[in-house]
Amino acid sequence: MGMTMIEKILARSAGLDEVRAGQTVVSEVDMTVLIDLQFATGWVQPLRIADPAKVAVIMDHAVPAPTLHDAEAGPRARKFARDYGIDRFYDVGRHGICHQVIAENGLARPGEVLACTDSHTCAGGAYNTAARGLGPAEVYSILCTGRTWFTVAPTIRYELVATLPDFVSGKDIFLHIAGKHGDATNRNLEFGGPGLASVPMHDRRTIATQCAEISADFATFGVDEVCRGFLDAHTDRPYTPADADEDARYEDIREIDLSTLEPYVARPGTVSHNAIPVSQLEHRTVDQCFIGSCANGQLEDLRIAADILRGREVAPGVRLLVTPASQKVYRDAVRLGYVEALADAGAVVTNSTCGACFGYHMGVVAAGEVCLTASTRNFKGRMGSPDAEIYMASPATVAASAIAGHVVDPRKEIA
Amino acid sequence: MEIEGRVWVVGDSVTTDAMYPGYAMKLPLPEAARHVFYDLRPGWTDEVREGDVVVAGRNFGLGSSRPVASLFLELGVRALLADEFNSLFLRNCINFGLPALTVPGVRGIFADGDTARVDFVEGWCENVTTRAKIQAEPLPDFVRDILAAGGLLPKLAREGYVPR
Repeated sequence: MGMTMIEKILARSAGLDEVRAGQTVVSEVDMTVLIDLQFATGWVQPLRIADPAKVAVIMDHAVPAPTLHDAEAGPRARKFARDYGIDRFYDVGRHGICHQVIAENGLARPGEVLACTDSHTCAGGAYNTAARGLGPAEVYSILCTGRTWFTVAPTIRYELVATLPDFVSGKDIFLHIAGKHGDATNRNLEFGGPGLASVPMHDRRTIATQCAEISADFATFGVDEVCRGFLDAHTDRPYTPADADEDARYEDIREIDLSTLEPYVARPGTVSHNAIPVSQLEHRTVDQCFIGSCANGQLEDLRIAADILRGREVAPGVRLLVTPASQKVYRDAVRLGYVEALADAGAVVTNSTCGACFGYHMGVVAAGEVCLTASTRNFKGRMGSPDAEIYMASPATVAASAIAGHVVDPRKEIA
Repeated sequence: MEIEGRVWVVGDSVTTDAMYPGYAMKLPLPEAARHVFYDLRPGWTDEVREGDVVVAGRNFGLGSSRPVASLFLELGVRALLADEFNSLFLRNCINFGLPALTVPGVRGIFADGDTARVDFVEGWCENVTTRAKIQAEPLPDFVRDILAAGGLLPKLAREGYVPR
């Protein structure tokens, strides 16, 4: 009997020929990523670690430090990186949101296992990596021992067919899935099919990242020519992709006809069974619009926003915040004129950080305000006051809505 | 590994942000703990006491990796039971030394103020008040080892990875 992508990776990492749903395995971890938050609270420098060559340290959540508490993480991280000779240390200035930095530096590789504290680590699944968030204690343990355990969950496969229309993005594919099927708690998700070729890498990463919102364990994409093109530019070591077997066992296989999709929006609170086509949403004015995070602060997301906003203006009474996912994205966006187009339209372009996405700094929303966000999460209270409402949509929808002052379908606004 | 405690019941898909809001991440743990369920059940942290048990519905702990278990332990909560856990949240609880057991149907047999008895080795829980009992899967041995050590960090200290 064959295996799904994730079963193959976990079997390989555990030195087994085969694993099955329900089985618990001990896996060797290929890359362990520490973030600034790990050093801010409860950090004790370990006496020995498994392998400094398999560790990266990335400053992302609270940079530049908004509080003294966060500032104190910096010297601890720097000391750790120095003492253990961690070459992959992405300090402020070379930094970015960890999942973006992981992608840019080829740290998430096909067929391998990547561990990081942050819940959106499943982003690495876009590159056929078994990547997931594990929490600070467990990542610390992997740092020391080089391994951890996984219980193999059943897999649901999304079979993508046809071609993604213009102005419809990975965000919309995800919101369609979440709205229609709800959460996938204790399930793995796998994405493949002939339609995948029309879904660019940045959209795949948006989808993989957001699978945390539907409570999935791992979310993995197959390696096709589009993915190989990305990997050729980002890693020079050979890799072994994990393809699903023809006779792999799935809990369910769900086909998505990409050509039928349109821009979607999630109402506040959750994405599960709570997302609808923008065309079906009642008139909804917005106070703050946000484009950023590991899900939607990628260069292509900024390009889409800049193209919509160039020569136009953010509506009076509306704030548009744009946060590049990394310093590299920021620099590229400056060179390519995206930052100029956004700022000229009235957007505030911030430094790279997790910032507003988790309601921590640079863009917290007040009671009674409505925020439309192209970021990861729309929980109550996520971006500030629990009495603010957080709607979620694609960068195109957010950019067009910032101009209109209310939530609009970007295809109508930009015609 | 058996415990008994007073129960608090919460609903489905209670998120980590409902338990450990972003703004509380700026505070020291004892202060951050005062904000658990700040919007879901305002004032709850004044009522919860040492030895209590939190019972939840489906998809408990959806959300981020912030160490919510540390806050529950700070408040004296001794165990979490749920119909279903988000897997990151479940791992995070165990790894910080807070026993958490998946018991399908558990939310239906408890109301606020009932007394729960839980055996993590045998994998069952009972409502001492109503006598309703559910048998579920026991915690695996390696998970019990982590809990017995008080979480991963004390375990790593014992194994010589961390200064004691």
